[in-house]
Amino acid sequence: MWKRDDAVKPTPAGGSPTPAGHVQSNQTVNTSPAEPVRTSESARGLEGKGPVNIGKSVVIKGELTGSEDLTIEGHVEGKIELRQNVLTIGPNGKIKAQVFAKSVVILGEVTGNVTASEKVDLRDNGSVDGDIAAPRVAIAEGAHFRGSIDMQRSGKPAESKPASQPQAQSSASTQTQPQAAPAVAGQR
Amino acid sequence: MSISDLLKFGNKRPDEPVPAPAADAPAPKGPETVVPSKALTKFIAALQHQDAPVLIDFGPVIGTNVAFFGEQLGCKLHIEDLAKDIDRQTRAGTREQLPEMLAARFPQTDASVDGVLCWDIFDFLEPVAARALAREIVRVLRPGGAVMGFFCTKAVDRAGFTKYEIVEATSSLRHRHHPGTGGPKFVLQNRDIIKMFDGLSVSESFLLKSNTREILLRKRA
Repeated sequence: MWKRDDAVKPTPAGGSPTPAGHVQSNQTVNTSPAEPVRTSESARGLEGKGPVNIGKSVVIKGELTGSEDLTIEGHVEGKIELRQNVLTIGPNGKIKAQVFAKSVVILGEVTGNVTASEKVDLRDNGSVDGDIAAPRVAIAEGAHFRGSIDMQRSGKPAESKPASQPQAQSSASTQTQPQAAPAVAGQR
Repeated sequence: MSISDLLKFGNKRPDEPVPAPAADAPAPKGPETVVPSKALTKFIAALQHQDAPVLIDFGPVIGTNVAFFGEQLGCKLHIEDLAKDIDRQTRAGTREQLPEMLAARFPQTDASVDGVLCWDIFDFLEPVAARALAREIVRVLRPGGAVMGFFCTKAVDRAGFTKYEIVEATSSLRHRHHPGTGGPKFVLQNRDIIKMFDGLSVSESFLLKSNTREILLRKRA
């Protein structure tokens, strides 16, 4: 009988195509520091609508850089740089890397230092073992963190500290207002 | 079992042993309370005199505390979460390793820290482990630095962890249940505290209504 050519397979009707910008693979991608993986529109050949999503089964070892928002559900080891964009580590994401981004939202696991120019948001069940450096850090109830947190704003002069009663700043994560003890302040 | 026995003892025989809780079961969850803290106010005042103070927190991470110390006081925070370490060692039945572990636990260099928030971690340490931890605190603390801790006055066989959230203009702490197996609580006498923090002096000491001692120690500048 006729033998079907395996090279030409019909697309199943009603099959769900891979969403735009969604990387799905069972392969491990190894990159050298000289050739970082880039999540740019030209590399994807896409219209660039919606964030890029690295799927659960993807493992990337090496350097990951880009200029658009990225969500990682897979495993990444090495270094991630999205200095002008938002990086989201999904609930299934496991990162062993140094992370640099404008803003980082963590719902999965991160082992390594996280540096953000705007904000780090560690959500419920998110986990970070490493140091965080960002002007704003929000940590939800149920999150795990071990390491140091540096919220000094780089490039800005250090604000002079109030002598006795600093004002509470508007912050989504705090409602507290410090109140110094004048007696102790005078002892020093 | 007669009807009178049932009325007297319920469905349980009087000589029936009460089942012991599993060793790794979490301690019962207590109510959340807000307790005024005089030592915290003085601890914060001590930090406000430093430029970009470095702070170690021995408790589990709490978002509001991080925001307060990091954003408002400009502290660099080290979250060490010793409750998790104690929980792990208690569950594994290897609490005898705690002194050695604590002696090698902190990567901070000598005299590099301005404040240490111990909370009630010392209550969950045997005296040998408590001394090991106190030595490390004295080592990393800068001259002029402050240490704040709670010390119980009554030993308990098994207690759960508490985490402390700063509330109400930093003059109060919300005591909240934290999951984990804390293990027994040990009482340190005042003289033991003074002795083990050799090099620090007790700056303030308050006895709370709960019979917990709230103590602030300072390293001489």
